[in-house]
Amino acid sequence: MTALLTRNETLVAVVIVLFCIVATISDPNFFTVTTLSDLLRASIVLGILAIGAMLVLISGGIDVSFTAIAVSAMYITTTTALALWPEMPWYFIFSLSILIGAGLGAINGVFIAGFGLPTLIVTLGTLSVFRGFLLTFVGSERISALPPDMRNFSRMMIARGTTEGGDFYALPWALAALAFVIVLTAILLHKTMLGRSIFAIGGSVESARRIGINVRRTQFFVYVYVGALAGLAGILHGSMGRMADPFSLVGLELSVIAAVVLGGARLIGGYGTITGTLLGVALIVLVQNSLIVIGIPSTWQSVTIGALILLGTGLPAYQAKRAAARAG
Amino acid sequence: MSGSRTEAKLTQTPEFRLAIIAVVVFALMAALSPDRFLSAQNLTSMAFQFPEFAILALAMTITMMTGGIDLSVVGVSNLSAVVAATILASLAGPETAGAAAVMWLTIALLASLSVGAAAGFANGILVSRLGLPPILATLGSGLVFTGLAVAMTGGAAVMGFPAIVAVIGNSTLFFVPVPLILFGLLAVALHVLLTRTGFGLRITMYGANPLAALYAAIDLDRILLRVYVIAGMFSSVAGMIIMSRANSAKADYGSSYLLLAVLIAVLGGVNPYGGYGRVVGVVLAVLSMQFLSSGLNMLQVSNFARELIWGALLIFVMVINITDWAGLRARRAPVKSG
Amino acid sequence: MTEPHTGALVEMTGVTKRYSGVTALDEVDFTVAAGEAVCLAGENGSGKSTLIKILSGVEQATAGEIRIGGQAMTHLNPRTATAAGVMVIFQDFSLFPNLSVAENIAFASELSEHKRFFNRGHARSVARAVLDRIGVDIPLGARLETLPVAHKQLVAICRALACAARLIIMDEPTTALTGREVSRLLDIIRLLKTQGVAVIFVSHKLAEVLEVSEKVVVLRNGKKVAEGPAETFDTASLTKHMTGREVHDAAPGPFAGSAETLLEVKDLDKPGSFSDVSFALRRGEVLGITGLLGSGRTSLAKALFGLVAPDSGSITIDGTSVPLGDPIAAAEARIGYVPEDRLTEGLFLTQSILRNVAVGRLKDHERGGFLDHRSLVAEASDWLQRLKVKTPSITAPVQSLSGGNQQRVALARWMARAPQVLILNGPSVGVDVGSKADIHDIIRDLGARGLGVIVISDDLPELLATCHRILVMKGGRMVEEIAAGTVTEDDLSHKLAS
Repeated sequence: MTALLTRNETLVAVVIVLFCIVATISDPNFFTVTTLSDLLRASIVLGILAIGAMLVLISGGIDVSFTAIAVSAMYITTTTALALWPEMPWYFIFSLSILIGAGLGAINGVFIAGFGLPTLIVTLGTLSVFRGFLLTFVGSERISALPPDMRNFSRMMIARGTTEGGDFYALPWALAALAFVIVLTAILLHKTMLGRSIFAIGGSVESARRIGINVRRTQFFVYVYVGALAGLAGILHGSMGRMADPFSLVGLELSVIAAVVLGGARLIGGYGTITGTLLGVALIVLVQNSLIVIGIPSTWQSVTIGALILLGTGLPAYQAKRAAARAG
Repeated sequence: MSGSRTEAKLTQTPEFRLAIIAVVVFALMAALSPDRFLSAQNLTSMAFQFPEFAILALAMTITMMTGGIDLSVVGVSNLSAVVAATILASLAGPETAGAAAVMWLTIALLASLSVGAAAGFANGILVSRLGLPPILATLGSGLVFTGLAVAMTGGAAVMGFPAIVAVIGNSTLFFVPVPLILFGLLAVALHVLLTRTGFGLRITMYGANPLAALYAAIDLDRILLRVYVIAGMFSSVAGMIIMSRANSAKADYGSSYLLLAVLIAVLGGVNPYGGYGRVVGVVLAVLSMQFLSSGLNMLQVSNFARELIWGALLIFVMVINITDWAGLRARRAPVKSG
Repeated sequence: MTEPHTGALVEMTGVTKRYSGVTALDEVDFTVAAGEAVCLAGENGSGKSTLIKILSGVEQATAGEIRIGGQAMTHLNPRTATAAGVMVIFQDFSLFPNLSVAENIAFASELSEHKRFFNRGHARSVARAVLDRIGVDIPLGARLETLPVAHKQLVAICRALACAARLIIMDEPTTALTGREVSRLLDIIRLLKTQGVAVIFVSHKLAEVLEVSEKVVVLRNGKKVAEGPAETFDTASLTKHMTGREVHDAAPGPFAGSAETLLEVKDLDKPGSFSDVSFALRRGEVLGITGLLGSGRTSLAKALFGLVAPDSGSITIDGTSVPLGDPIAAAEARIGYVPEDRLTEGLFLTQSILRNVAVGRLKDHERGGFLDHRSLVAEASDWLQRLKVKTPSITAPVQSLSGGNQQRVALARWMARAPQVLILNGPSVGVDVGSKADIHDIIRDLGARGLGVIVISDDLPELLATCHRILVMKGGRMVEEIAAGTVTEDDLSHKLAS
């Protein structure tokens, strides 16, 4: 099984490498620092969301509401800041968005962990509740006059400049947020009992209950954590795009889940790695941004992502089915 | 064939609860705004509105009966509509009339149904032969179907049909809206299929316990294939109605219908874990939803608020129903899909 | 038998458990000393699992006193029971397939220490220490799902030991093991006993564990009906105590008829499950196939019904070959299969009795595409009556029936299809004594009507009571053929285990 899992990750890595080779051959300008820094920037929001979605899959559930959480947290935070304290420093803005995200995640947690409802249907429901609430009661206008510190944050760069060859590049501090989320989640998953419990309930809920894992609390935590990550991703999206758009992000959830599934996480729970997820994100970002470079019109983007999902889940599923038939 | 629930009193069935809900919602809306809600114009407009998503809900129902789900229904309906629309717009064109128009419409309808059947067949293969979890299979295929529609049209709407196309979505037959007739026919057909045929009973049995179905020498792959093909064809019928009513086809029409279809099926008492569901319940759920939706419309509630109310309703109904399903879920626990 | 008793580790006195009027346990006294192994025997429904649930804190006794290590436990719950050193190893082991061996072993103990952080190195050293303690070597980093069943069981034992278990309760510990694995398990149990760990075996088949046990306690209908040193019991006396009567229905004797061969199996081969299996079955014959759980008996049964695809070999009925690996073709060739696990494989529990019977006959009751409801009801009712299923209504869900009646419903489904060959896997598992005898009557009757019947079972008295001929499987091969009436149960059990 380890071999199978690595195969999923290596498969994605191989596809990425092939993609880059073909892209470089057809367009020598593809493989430059500029493209790389563009792609990296495009991966930040998707990456944070994907790590959250991965956590849910590991715990044995599926969440489609996180994009609605992200956009709600971002927009509510922005309007609150504008109304109460426009000069609010960026770290307060970020914390507020994360808190709102965690709160909305807790609502998912109550229905899933508390009532034991099927995760897909609950999150389909909350997806429209959150979005409907946002657009009805908070607002449906795009706001481009963001709190100044939100805009300032997007201008804060780790590095920027022009290479000797004349390629412009810029790495924003938002990238550090992704790095932080990766490290935090890695520690959570591998170094804490809570993280191991998430794997355990994904592996077998009944066994987890029998050895005394508090299954409900663990599930609840997962949805709160995912909500918090979504809150962070949302506010990053807002400040990097320099616009609070209540219609953005929602619709992205399928691509995010595609990335996670491509990375080897399984719907039955218990399996998923950060490396795999990030590789999946990289592939999706490549498809979203550079499909045209390898000669596929960008109108085929959706088809490509869908086909990748089917391939990424179909191969292991088919192998598992055949292995089961062989074992008798 | 009498089901396990026939022992329960009529008043305890989810369908009975639903009938009450439908009546209450209707009465409430009628009381809030009797002139407008009960007007012939409103009633007719409701009858034109709901069939498109109600048919998608029927497609969702049959897949949920097997413990699966079809997240690709909207993608299938748009893809089949785009194919039909392309035929009607580029091969026939707006000037075509008379027998030629009828011929092109027939060809377009057949093409649309074939697209639906082929898409459903693809879903069925993914779920049965390849063993993908239905959620991921239809999520992926839904993207592919939508994507194909985008690729065919470049994302723009296809329009310029012969006038006859409006017959499907905008005309009446003996004062009954044609979409309503189509929905009625499909609902009755599905009801008969589920309750009066061996295939329907096998669907229920498979949904109740797939492993036991295997041991009872039921051809599981064939059941799943046929279920998803039916769902695909139902979706394409919905696509035709949408196309006719909008007088155009586009890759992203009806994007809110997926949620609505799931909501109606769940509201209608269909068990998402499989093994229980009745068309009567789904029809009652459709009616409740439409009364509610139309009432909200008259109260000038925005589309966004309606989305909120639907989402909340979905979760509320799940909470109410979960007690009924707890037993079923425990039975199914050993056969995790995937 | 070697260890001195150092005072009672567990002392249960007058333990009673009632569920809404039904007395599951009635004034049972039960003691276990440190380092002692006790066999707790009883049929399904005898109260043995209730006793275990009470001892492990999953359920609370209605009355009675429980002392662990001399201390009265008034409010026993899973957590306090674990803290007191009582560990249960369930039949399914309750492990995590996706986690490593080390984590599976160490997880529960880390959890009970209320740790917040997880240290892989520490988990590995805990696991290593426990594995060393019982002298077993299993790769610590291996994912659990890759291990064979016997190793999973050892991991479960290690997990209990890592939690400082003083008493390990093992539910049906030997059913999944081969002969060699059983003796290895028994060696480990002996070792644990010298370390002062007590063991309770909960089983309805105890012959294998009798040799390491000091004491046997037999429950029947919630009451303790026998208790004594292990050496005073043998399989026959255990069975007698458990069932409360001599269950020796008349053995049928060797097959007398000269009927033609009905089913012929030739060189059936499935690497890893069974190999070179050949046998023939005549009309009217009842053939037993037995063996321990890893012997390939269930794989073979499934292969005969097409649920497992053999790599080579052939199955023919009346000279016509049956496609391999296709249950639908097997059913069309009029082979029937009643699976072992009624609840998950055999029945649609939430569906009506009628539907459970009718599901196999839908094709034959369709008139112009529609089901003929009346003829389905008539046929199902007829079979239910013939098999003496007691039910107020055939539209009641099948889960409302008792185990014995459920099994008859499963039988009725196949009987309605008029099979030529009927394969019964564990036909009386989880069925009460009275129904068991009835089911045996049904099996003998099936043979008398000219069906070929294959009974797959490890219930030796059952095989002796119903079969004309018994084939013994070991390591995937047919090793012996025994004609009815030529062996006693003890002989047969030796042949199985040797």
